[in-house]
Amino acid sequence: MKLYRDLTIRQKKIVWAWGFLAIPVLFYCVVRFYPTGNAILISFQDWNLLGARTWTGLDNYKKLFGDPVFWKVFKNTFVYLLLGTPVSLVISFVIAYHLDKIRFMHGFLRMLYFLPFMTSAVAMAWVWRWFYQPVPIGLFNNFLASIGIPQISFLNSTSNALPSILAPAVWAGLGFQIIIFMAGLRAIPKSYYEAARIDGVSTWTVLWEITLPLLKPTIVFIVVFSSIGFLRIFDHVYNMTTQNPGGPLNATKPLVLMIYQTAFSSFDMGYAAAQTVVLFLVLLAVSLLQLRIMRDR
Amino acid sequence: MKINGLRALALASATSVAALAGSAANAVEIEYWQYFFDARVAAMEQLIENFQAANPDITVTMTHFPYADYRTKVAAAIPAGEGPDVVQLFYGWLNDYVQAELIQPLPADVFPAATIDEEFFPMVQAMKEGDQYWALPTAVRSLALFYNERLMEEAGVEPPTTLDELLAAAAAMTKRDGAGNITQVGMTAGMTAQDHHWWREGLVRQMGGEPYTDDYQTVNYNTDAGLKALEFYTDMFMGENPVTAVGFMDEPQAAFKAGLAGMHIDGSFRIGSLADIRGLKWGVTELPATADGVRSNYSSYWVNAITTKAEGEKYDAAVKFMDYVSSDEAMQIWLDVVGELPAKPSVGMTEENANDPVFGPFIRGLEYAHTTKFADESGQRQLMVEMVERMQLEGMSAADSIAIAAEAEQKLLDEYYGE
Repeated sequence: MKLYRDLTIRQKKIVWAWGFLAIPVLFYCVVRFYPTGNAILISFQDWNLLGARTWTGLDNYKKLFGDPVFWKVFKNTFVYLLLGTPVSLVISFVIAYHLDKIRFMHGFLRMLYFLPFMTSAVAMAWVWRWFYQPVPIGLFNNFLASIGIPQISFLNSTSNALPSILAPAVWAGLGFQIIIFMAGLRAIPKSYYEAARIDGVSTWTVLWEITLPLLKPTIVFIVVFSSIGFLRIFDHVYNMTTQNPGGPLNATKPLVLMIYQTAFSSFDMGYAAAQTVVLFLVLLAVSLLQLRIMRDR
Repeated sequence: MKINGLRALALASATSVAALAGSAANAVEIEYWQYFFDARVAAMEQLIENFQAANPDITVTMTHFPYADYRTKVAAAIPAGEGPDVVQLFYGWLNDYVQAELIQPLPADVFPAATIDEEFFPMVQAMKEGDQYWALPTAVRSLALFYNERLMEEAGVEPPTTLDELLAAAAAMTKRDGAGNITQVGMTAGMTAQDHHWWREGLVRQMGGEPYTDDYQTVNYNTDAGLKALEFYTDMFMGENPVTAVGFMDEPQAAFKAGLAGMHIDGSFRIGSLADIRGLKWGVTELPATADGVRSNYSSYWVNAITTKAEGEKYDAAVKFMDYVSSDEAMQIWLDVVGELPAKPSVGMTEENANDPVFGPFIRGLEYAHTTKFADESGQRQLMVEMVERMQLEGMSAADSIAIAAEAEQKLLDEYYGE
């Protein structure tokens, strides 16, 4: 107690600041940094959760880079990212742009778009999974069959399955992105638009020269946010392909699902940890890249 | 003073606990773990009650977890010394537990290997190493052919006894719409369900092959027999007149439950969930034989084992308990309550059980059943799934696809057995 009393006000402030900070710091050390460090450690070991851990050096990484399934999965992960992010960005911007202009039933429409975001991903994935089934139970294929068009294999196809799974995932994320875009649109000062109107500029020029440049922070935020989301996609894929997770022929398997399977169905913890480390590095690289772009602003 | 008060309280409660323990004289408490499944828990409660009545000095506490967490929880608890004295494990996990020294062999005086070899169905010998058994099942499971009685009657066919009859019956029960889309399958198909077992231990052996050699450490289905088995299987949905479709109604058992599948191969554990389906009239028959009458089946089971945690008097109690849950009486209770098949012919092959219209076909199947020793069951199943997918989705030939599957599975086995 005496020790504290002798401190200057400035020092006391520091003690208090650290006092409060200590809780999240401790929390982070226990639930973030310690497991992260441990995962990196396990990635150099062989462990089936039961027996002793044995050191294997770089074996897990060697196995990983020589594993064709890993490269397939790596590619899938980036297809989810490179297809999902731009598509959801464009759709959500178009919707937000037009929604911002209308007043009639504005709140109701906004609610409709936001609703999927609040729905559980698992429930949504299962409903879409049934939509995609062949006749006699699939909604889409029943419709196609009724008007005499051949059935489409949505999920049981190496080429259609990934876009079929991505579609509900994009749809689910739209609501959030629309809300952020609308907030961004509202934040642009009206005076710019008034000045443009006085000068008689076309709508396209207004969009290209005023709206989009001023939305850049919003766009960067959404890109970062949805990229991380698509890189970590799991629930939609797992629930739409439970009997054959990530199938057919690994056509839909993202990295996170591969990690899950390696760890909790093959019980190969070391190999799963090595995959986790790779995912961590990918996420780190993508995030750093995007932070750089943000700083350039 | 306050601290002293607390200390006194702690001391008092500690002594009273000690007194309580002392008053029960030499009561031993052992812990039993299994996964949660209503009927299994009910059956085990009944067994524990009977056992405690016969052994008043032993108390058995049962703990159960949802199946999804079971394997990880057991794996985390036993090494930490927190786990059970007697534990229920899937037979396929046993190897890992033996290697990690988490379970101990059953004592040879109470469980002599020669007697067990003689008394139990032969596939139980997968639990034996040298002349010691590591674990024993109370009940076993096998495959059989479920059929929809109403659809059979409608198509005017009888439950098949051979593979040719199977195809004919399936063809008779398949329905299509105007565009040729299948709206009712004669037979379900899907390697993701039980078909990979039927293919491995059933069809491959029936075609004259042996799926694995060297105690399931060497893949041996990339042969003429394997190829014939694969072609038989894929012809059902890729042939000229398909009688089934993979992924029809999402999963095989759903199609059968919905009454849109004529026949369906599944395990004895499906009986319970089919019993409650309203409007579904079904029957069971043995897996179809070849024209020469060759039959083969797959069997799996859960075993009970004594963990290394059990020592001294707890060990003795655990041995007594193991002895009881492996007894004829326990097996009959398990059959009556859970519907799983007895592990001994002396119980299973009784007049009443073997001729039971529902259990009978499964029990008779046990006599010619084989148990695959899996290194990673879901991983090995996945390879079977992909073997068919390569043919169906990428147009690969059966011979090429089976070669890829065999090579991949051999690699998986080699890694597991550390070669």
